[in-house]
Amino acid sequence: MERFDVVIIGGGPAGMAAALGARESGASVAILERDDRLGGILNQCIHNGFGLHYFGEELTGPEYAKRFRDQVTKDGGIKVFLEAMVLSLTEDRLVRAISPTAGLLEIEAGSVVLAMGCRERSAGAIALAGTRPAGIYTAGMAQRLSNIDGYLVGKEVVILGSGDIGLIMARRMTSEGAKVKLVAEIMPFSSGLKRNIVQCLNDYDIPLRYSTTVTRVAGEGRLVGVYVAPVDDKMVPDLSREEYIPCDTLLLSVGLIPENDLLNGSKVEMSRVTSGAVVDEYRQTSVPGVFSAGNVLHVHDLVDNVSEEAFVAGRSAAGFARGELSGGDTVNVLPSQGVRYALPQRIHKGEGKIKIYFRVDKVYQGRTVVVKCGEEVIRKKKTLVMAPGEMQNIEIDASLVTGDVSIYTEE
Amino acid sequence: MNTTCIMCPMGCSLTIEEIGGAITVKGNGCPRGEKYGRAEYTHPERVVTTLLKGAFGGVVSVKTDRPIPKDKIGDLLAWAASYRLERAVSTGDVIEENAADTGANIVATSDFIMK
Amino acid sequence: MERFDVIVIGGGVVGTAVLRSLAAYKAKVLLLEKSSDVATGASRANSGIVHAGYDAETGTKKAYFNVKGAAMFPSLTRELHVPYRMVGSLVAAKEGGLPAIKALYERGVNNGVKVEIIEREKIEALEPNIAPDIKYALYAPEAGVVSPYKLTIAQADHAVVNGAEIRLEEKVVGISESAGGYLVVTDKAEYHASYVVNAAGAGAVEINALLGESTPEMKHAVGDYYILDSKAAGVVNTVVFPLPDEKGKGILVAPTADGNVILGPTSRVVPHDEAEINAVTREGLALVREGVGKLIPKVDMRSVIRVYAGTRTAVGGDFIIEESCKFKNYFMLLGICSPGLTSAPAIGEYVAEKVSAALHLQKKEAMRPLPPRFRLTEASDEDIKAKIALDPSYGRIVCRCEKVTEGEILSAIHSPLPAHTVDAVKRRVRAGMGRCQGGFCRPRVMEILSRELSIPLSEVRLGDKGSEIAPYEVKDGYGKI
Repeated sequence: MERFDVVIIGGGPAGMAAALGARESGASVAILERDDRLGGILNQCIHNGFGLHYFGEELTGPEYAKRFRDQVTKDGGIKVFLEAMVLSLTEDRLVRAISPTAGLLEIEAGSVVLAMGCRERSAGAIALAGTRPAGIYTAGMAQRLSNIDGYLVGKEVVILGSGDIGLIMARRMTSEGAKVKLVAEIMPFSSGLKRNIVQCLNDYDIPLRYSTTVTRVAGEGRLVGVYVAPVDDKMVPDLSREEYIPCDTLLLSVGLIPENDLLNGSKVEMSRVTSGAVVDEYRQTSVPGVFSAGNVLHVHDLVDNVSEEAFVAGRSAAGFARGELSGGDTVNVLPSQGVRYALPQRIHKGEGKIKIYFRVDKVYQGRTVVVKCGEEVIRKKKTLVMAPGEMQNIEIDASLVTGDVSIYTEE
Repeated sequence: MNTTCIMCPMGCSLTIEEIGGAITVKGNGCPRGEKYGRAEYTHPERVVTTLLKGAFGGVVSVKTDRPIPKDKIGDLLAWAASYRLERAVSTGDVIEENAADTGANIVATSDFIMK
Repeated sequence: MERFDVIVIGGGVVGTAVLRSLAAYKAKVLLLEKSSDVATGASRANSGIVHAGYDAETGTKKAYFNVKGAAMFPSLTRELHVPYRMVGSLVAAKEGGLPAIKALYERGVNNGVKVEIIEREKIEALEPNIAPDIKYALYAPEAGVVSPYKLTIAQADHAVVNGAEIRLEEKVVGISESAGGYLVVTDKAEYHASYVVNAAGAGAVEINALLGESTPEMKHAVGDYYILDSKAAGVVNTVVFPLPDEKGKGILVAPTADGNVILGPTSRVVPHDEAEINAVTREGLALVREGVGKLIPKVDMRSVIRVYAGTRTAVGGDFIIEESCKFKNYFMLLGICSPGLTSAPAIGEYVAEKVSAALHLQKKEAMRPLPPRFRLTEASDEDIKAKIALDPSYGRIVCRCEKVTEGEILSAIHSPLPAHTVDAVKRRVRAGMGRCQGGFCRPRVMEILSRELSIPLSEVRLGDKGSEIAPYEVKDGYGKI
């Protein structure tokens, strides 16, 4: 049986950054990646806009992935298993995986970093009514078929959901000669970035309708059209105003879900809000030696944040494997009043700065973010605007933390 | 012209007008919006990313190595639709200089092996 | 013109059961199916219940074949390696429902079914999550759940292994009497058959019409279903029904044989020309949620991974399983709605006996067994290691949710009845049936199909003709719209 100080499950942006973080701390590191190359979903994200924060320049997805891949594979110090799918992970960190070349693998891990990413919500998950023809895809599936395989899924497109992948695919399909007839968003706002709304929709005169959903689909072999209707403030569609839009393609961009199936039945405490693990500032879960980072922990909007978070997780995992990760009591970070979730959910009292990431529950203008410990305000920050689609962060001084910390917004 | 500012999540609705040669930007919440609106009015530019097909199958992802005028995006995409790559390329290789007369080079953003 | 002893029309669970039973005889048999695979109609989209047999009126064909069929399931599913679990069923009733439960109990006893009336304490022991107002239940310990499409496919595979032929995507467009038998014309070829079995399900009326045989009025009822993630398994242990009403057995909550949870169906009558469209409705789904709330309110609707609809076709109150009076050696299987799945194996045997008697067919000495499929999630570590050492494709996971390897997909594509569409692969090995619903694996399955069938990716289909998934190459359409 092989042994590594740090075993990283997943070789996308989070896994690669975690590997570099762990390697920098002198650990022996292995990455188990299920695909036949490193990079994850970045490989199919051929648009630009990645890396502005991390590298100070705008890169495309494949380029961003390559920067990390080159470092990971530079000196052979990080063992990379490709086409290796992890089947199980035990509490004492025995990792069981299979691959065509290695067969059934059993690896003993000093610590584990979970970096499996997320998946897209499917038509089934939203209980889409109507028939079950070809022509209905998650945006990411259509993206893979186009950008990796070179095939286009259709010519007349309706997109449900204005998440970033949906917006990006609106432009992508248009630039392949398809006609995107409508982007329907059930919420009164978009979870996508402003920049994508302008550059992917407005630039190409693609209409975006808020508070609108697809009520059913039609077609037997292939999709022939969808019905859309406005929704009320409880998101119930007004079927008397149903409108039929002929199209051969429906793309879904209706949410991303951290892919934590490996943790089913485990003792890792999970958050019902993020669908990821509950972690401390080292990104350590409730099971000692098991860390989590990137979209498997909580869905990010910028890969730069994924890299930063995963680097910390990797470095901390190396520390744990050496027995040097400082333990001690933690306090809770509790979101309220406009803050939907905050992460890490637990922090240690002590020295240094801790960055708390959070998302708000709707669009706020001119609000102040407050971090309080007991009755004492330990950090305050005025903001111009905060939207649910854009992750925020606020840094606090760990030495001011004496007990549970609450984070909220106020006028 | 009306547009949305993308400088921050605020997304101010900008109205840009030209009266007697003077350009005015309204609706912006800060000086960055003013600058953005002015640029969008006078010379809007975009980096374009797309695919090129290999002559014998397969695709490679590419980008323009600098922003190109927005009104040239159509020309560039038409060029990309007709182009067939006939050699292997690596990330960063220039595939076509001054593609479709846009002033930008087309650069590979991934590796491509001939099929 | 090719000549067959028997042609079976329709590749549902009934048609393939007939075909498999016929394959036990020394005869040339052919099954014609208009779709791209077997099990694409009612045999795909139903509740997957092996009914105990208390529901059908005593003395009917439904009662006879149900009870006989149900008894065949344990050994049949073992022989064909089909997921089946004898989980038992409950018909749950509130205060005041006892007389109805007693009536079902009487019928069960008369039909020869093991049934028992149980009260709250025992109900809770079986179903801890049962609704608080449920007081009585009819418990049938020998009811079960089965994968209906896997059974259909396995019957087809087993028939093929034993010399039967199946031709997919061949629609019968004409039948006429000819030289002591029948001329069967399809959209691709003409055949002569000494005996014809009409097992065309919802389409049986059209087949009868081609020959000039009349069909009693058919009634089609569409039902909406939810499927829940395997993570939700455990919320229900048995098949839980409400008291039946005039529409049928009602909205049930049950584990599936493959480890998910199924909720449904509704019962919405549709005209004949909509019988094979199978569209889910929002109203139907709302009814399912309402019905489920009355039985197992704890079901978590956030774990839904798929919704679908299926159609049951009925002719009057009972099955029609008989040779035509007008046309000798033309056998009709009409209105095989619930408990059709349970009855199918027994119907298959019955029809094969009738056919063999008419044609004086000899039984083969033995049938070749159907080899089991390798299933990663069910194999021991030793078997997995050995399998990958022999064929590395069994170490390459394609469907991550259901842990399906490339090797398993290849075996589906090259099975006795080959899978040549994405859905056909899915039904055989579960690639794409998990919580991401093919979000990740569908393009991979398409790539494998494209390679194995030597067709461009643009020609890979989800199911029937016209269901190409990515029909265009990038760039090809630019500027043409």
